[in-house]
Amino acid sequence: MERIPILRMGEFLLVTIQIDMHDQLALKLQDDLSNAIQQHGTKGVLIDISTLEMVDSFIGRMVADISGMGKILGAETMLVGMQPAVAITLVELGLSLPGVATALNVERGMALLRRKIDADGADDTDRH
Amino acid sequence: MTPIGTRGEAPLRSDHDIVLARQLVRRITQELKFSLVDQTKMVTATSELARNALIYGRGGMMHWEILSGDSRSGLKLLFADQGPGIPNLDLAMTDGWTSGNGLGMGLTGAKRLVNEFEIDTKVDGGTRVTIVRWK
Repeated sequence: MERIPILRMGEFLLVTIQIDMHDQLALKLQDDLSNAIQQHGTKGVLIDISTLEMVDSFIGRMVADISGMGKILGAETMLVGMQPAVAITLVELGLSLPGVATALNVERGMALLRRKIDADGADDTDRH
Repeated sequence: MTPIGTRGEAPLRSDHDIVLARQLVRRITQELKFSLVDQTKMVTATSELARNALIYGRGGMMHWEILSGDSRSGLKLLFADQGPGIPNLDLAMTDGWTSGNGLGMGLTGAKRLVNEFEIDTKVDGGTRVTIVRWK
């Protein structure tokens, strides 16, 4: 069955969406990711959309849902690589993806994600 | 690439048809030499309206036509379904309102992405949405 691969790298999960997804495939990815986060105790999820030529309200909602769901399961989500034309269109469409952390590219996204997770870890140590 | 002609139609009966409709509109807007941003806007509007026709209209058709005026060219798309229609159009055209489980950005969002937008709907008589984007 068709699916978007999820790569595991230590406490991170990496997803690169390289195809024009139909809606069921997007929902499947959301499902697979939540299972993977829970199974591996993931701290950070990085979603690379640098080759996506379009993000509509359906994909926008999927990303926001993954981010929200991840947070509940203890994982930070970072969306990286959005093309400028896609960003312009998304804002005009009315979606500003509140609550979704974004970065320009994979490298910066990964650095930000690490910093976020380290900061959370430090908070935990203070508390206990 | 074979010439695409000036008009045609595509079915909207499945998730996969939405993807094909997006790809068709991408190809036409590329041939019309739309800017990348304008291509993306038209493709995104297509995705929203095609999904509406599929989910709320129980499937339908997308009709497309290349418009060439004296000094400009454009693309006209008509999304037609024979679904239940929209009982309260004012409400449906409100940001964030949805009768299904979407975000409620489909109709209003698509409208913002194009130059011309027209909707014709009748309860039990289906919905027809026409959009135009000029180059």
